Amino acid sequence: MKRLSRYRRHKFAGPAVLLAALFTIGTTFSIATALPSQQRMEVSAQTTMVEEGKQIFARGCSSCHGLNAEGGAIAPSLIGVGAASVDFQVGTGRMPMADMSQQAMRKKPVYNEQETAALAAYVASLAPGPASVTNASLTWERDGNVAQGGELFRTNCAMCHNFAAQGGALSNGKYAPTLMDAQPKQIYEAMITGPQSMPKFSNNTITPAEKLSIIKWIKAAQNEPSLGGASLGRVGPVTEGLLVWTLGLGLLIGVAVWLAAKAR
Amino acid sequence: MSAKNRIASGVAGYVDDRTGAAKWLKKNLTKVFPDHWSFMLGEIALYSFIILLLSGTFLTFWFDPSQREVIYNGSYAPLSHVTMSASYASTLHISFDVRGGLLMRQIHHWAALIFMAAIVAHLLRVFFTGAFRKPREFNWLIGVGLVTLGIVEGFLGYSLPDDLLSGTGIRIAEAILQAIPVVGSYLSFFAFGGAFPGHVFIPRIYTVHVLLLPGIFLALITIHLMLVWYQKHTQYPGPGRTEQNVVGYPLMPVYMAKAGGFFFIVFGVTAFLGGVASINPIWLYGPYTPGQISAGSQPDWYMGWLDGLVRMSPPIETHAFGHTISWNILLPGLILPGILFTGMALYPFIESWITGDKREHHLLDRPRNVPNRTALGAMSLTFMMISLINGGNDIIATHFHLTINGIMWFTRIGLIVVPPIAFVITKRICLSLQRADRELVLHGKETGRLVMLPHGEFVEVHEPISAQKAWTLTQHLQPEALMVEGADENGVRNPAGLKGKIRARISKANAEQVAAPTLTEFKELEGGHH
Repeated sequence: MKRLSRYRRHKFAGPAVLLAALFTIGTTFSIATALPSQQRMEVSAQTTMVEEGKQIFARGCSSCHGLNAEGGAIAPSLIGVGAASVDFQVGTGRMPMADMSQQAMRKKPVYNEQETAALAAYVASLAPGPASVTNASLTWERDGNVAQGGELFRTNCAMCHNFAAQGGALSNGKYAPTLMDAQPKQIYEAMITGPQSMPKFSNNTITPAEKLSIIKWIKAAQNEPSLGGASLGRVGPVTEGLLVWTLGLGLLIGVAVWLAAKAR
Repeated sequence: MSAKNRIASGVAGYVDDRTGAAKWLKKNLTKVFPDHWSFMLGEIALYSFIILLLSGTFLTFWFDPSQREVIYNGSYAPLSHVTMSASYASTLHISFDVRGGLLMRQIHHWAALIFMAAIVAHLLRVFFTGAFRKPREFNWLIGVGLVTLGIVEGFLGYSLPDDLLSGTGIRIAEAILQAIPVVGSYLSFFAFGGAFPGHVFIPRIYTVHVLLLPGIFLALITIHLMLVWYQKHTQYPGPGRTEQNVVGYPLMPVYMAKAGGFFFIVFGVTAFLGGVASINPIWLYGPYTPGQISAGSQPDWYMGWLDGLVRMSPPIETHAFGHTISWNILLPGLILPGILFTGMALYPFIESWITGDKREHHLLDRPRNVPNRTALGAMSLTFMMISLINGGNDIIATHFHLTINGIMWFTRIGLIVVPPIAFVITKRICLSLQRADRELVLHGKETGRLVMLPHGEFVEVHEPISAQKAWTLTQHLQPEALMVEGADENGVRNPAGLKGKIRARISKANAEQVAAPTLTEFKELEGGHH
C-alpha cells in the first residue's frame, strides 16, 4: 500500500492508468466481439447447409416424403429419423428409389457427399435423431475384436444376412442385402437406424464397442480368402449340389461313355 | 518255355495245389459282362464308397467326436478364443493345421455327394430300363435300402462337425422325431440323452456313421454285387442278344482294366473337385449354438427334397387327448417320404401284378416301349424336382429376384398339378417315339433327297434301315391287357370283383402301345413303295 501511495502522484501515473484501461477495454472488447462472430459464422454455415438441403429435398424427395418431410401415402415421415438415416439411405444410393419395388436396393448414389451432407443436415434440423458418423471416426481396426464380432454377427445378423454376410431372402420379395460392399459407417448407421426391414440395435442391445467388433468381422468377411478352392457363392449346400450334378457327374458320365465307346 | 513262363506257372501251380483256385478263377475270370455307359453308374457309386472309406479313415485320425466345450486356439484367426465343441475345434484343426486335412475333408464330402448322385442316377437307369423285373426284385429292394441308408449316412456325416449349419439340421431332425405322435418326445429324449442339444448326440452318431452304417453298407453292397454276378448282368436288346445269353467282354482282361482304370478316374474327378471347389466351409458357419441360425440354411442336395416338403407344408396341428399332432412336420417329414419310399420298394411287385408278367427278363426295355412305367418315373421325378426347388427357395429368391412366398405357392400347387401333367406328356412322347420307330422300320429313314417322278409328283427318297437296326426296333414285347374287366364274351362276370376290375383298368392303360411292325406288314410295303 505504501508503494502505491508513493507513486500515486508520479507524473507517469495518469498515462499508465489510461494505457492499462485502454488495453483492458480493448482486449475485453475484442474477445467479446470475436466470440459471437465465430459462432455466428458457424450458425450461418449450418443455415446455408440446411437451406441447401431443403432445396435438394424439395426437388428430389418431397414428391414422396412431402414438402416438409412429413411423409405421405407411399413414404414415411422423416421427422426425427436423424442424419444417420439420411447418410445411410442416400449414401448407399437406396434413396431416391428407382422404382416402387418391395424394397430400395443399393445402387450408385444419386447425390454426392456434399449434397448428402446437406440433406442430412436438413432432416436433422427438423427434429433430433441419430447423428451420422464418418468412416474415419470409427476406430474398428484398433478397437474391434474380430472373433467377438463373429459371435455377435451370428447371434444378431446371420439369421437374415447369411453366415458369410452374403445376404438372404425375407418374406414377400424383401431381402437382407449382401454386406460385401458395405462401408464401416454404413454398417454402423444401419445398426443404429434400422433401415427397411432391419431392426434397430440400440447402444443398450449392442454397445458401440461391440458394433465396432461387428464391423471388423464384416470387413474380415469381405476380405475372407477362398480357402479350399472356389467359394461357390458362400450360400451353403445348394451350389455344391448343383456342381456335383453338373460338373461332377457330368465328367464321370462323360468318361463312362468314352470307356464304353472304346470297346467297340 | 521261357524262364518267365516257367516261374509263373510254378507259382500258379503252387498256389493252385494248395487252394484249388484255378478252376474257380477260370470260370469266373472269363465271365462276360455287357458294355454300356449306363451300366457304369453303379460303378461310380461303388468307387465313391471306397473313396469314402479311405478318406473317412484319414479324418478319424484327428477328429474328436465330443461335445465337450473347448476354447479354440488354432490358426483360423476369426474364431480364436471362441468357445466351441471339441468336434468343431478338431474339424477346424483338420482343416487348417493338419497337412492335407482340408483336401481330405473336401474329397470326403464331394465323394459323398457323388456317391448319392451316382446311386440316384443308377436307380433311374434300373427303373427306366425295367432291370428290376424278375429275377432281380431282391436286388431292387437292396438298392432301395442303400439309397435310404445313404441319405441317413450322409446326414449324420455332415452333422458331425457340430457347426452352425449342421446343428440346425440336427434341430430339424429332432423336430421330425418329436412330431411322431405319442412317443415323439420320448424318442427325442432317448436320442439326445435328455434335452436338445445335450452332450451325447455327436458321439452317438459318430459310432453310427463310422461303424454301424458302413458295416451295413459293405454287407448290402456285397450281396448286391453277388446277386449281379449270380443272376448275370442285364443287356440292352440287339441282334444276337437273347434272354439266354450275355453278349459282351470277359472280366479278364477287359473289365479288370476298364473297372480298375475307371476307379482311378472317379478318384481323380473327386480329388479334382476337392482341390478346386470349397465344400462345407465350416469355419465360415461358426460353431453351433441353439441361439444362432444363418439365413439360407440348407441340407445337402439328397435331403433337399425333404426340406422342400417341410418348407411348403401348411401349418396344421390337431390337439387330441392332451397330445399335439403336428401334421405340418409329420406329413412332409415322415408320412410322405414313407409313402414314396414304400411305393418305390414295392414297385417291381406292383408292376408284375398289373401286367401279370411272371417271366424272367434279362433283356432291358427301351423306356419308350413301356410308356406307362416311363411316365410314372417322369411323374415321380417331377414331384421330387419340385420339392427340391422349394428346398432352395431362399437361395432362388435372392439370386433370381423372386419372392419366397411366390416360390412356395408355386411349388405347393405345382407339387399336385405338375406331376400328372408330366405323366401325360411323357406317355404321349413315348407313344410318338414308338410311332416314329414304326415309320422308320416300315418306310426307312428320310434322306432329304427330293425326286420328281415322270408325272410331276415330288417324293422324298427313303433309305431302308439295316436289318440289325430293324430287329432292335421291333424285338420288344407287346403287352396285352389282362382280360378281366367286367364280363367276358360269354357274359361271365369277372370273379375277382372290384380288385380285378381295378387291375384290369390299370393293365389296360399299361398296355397302350403303338403296334410294332410285323414281318407281313414290312413285306407288304417292300414291293416298290418309295
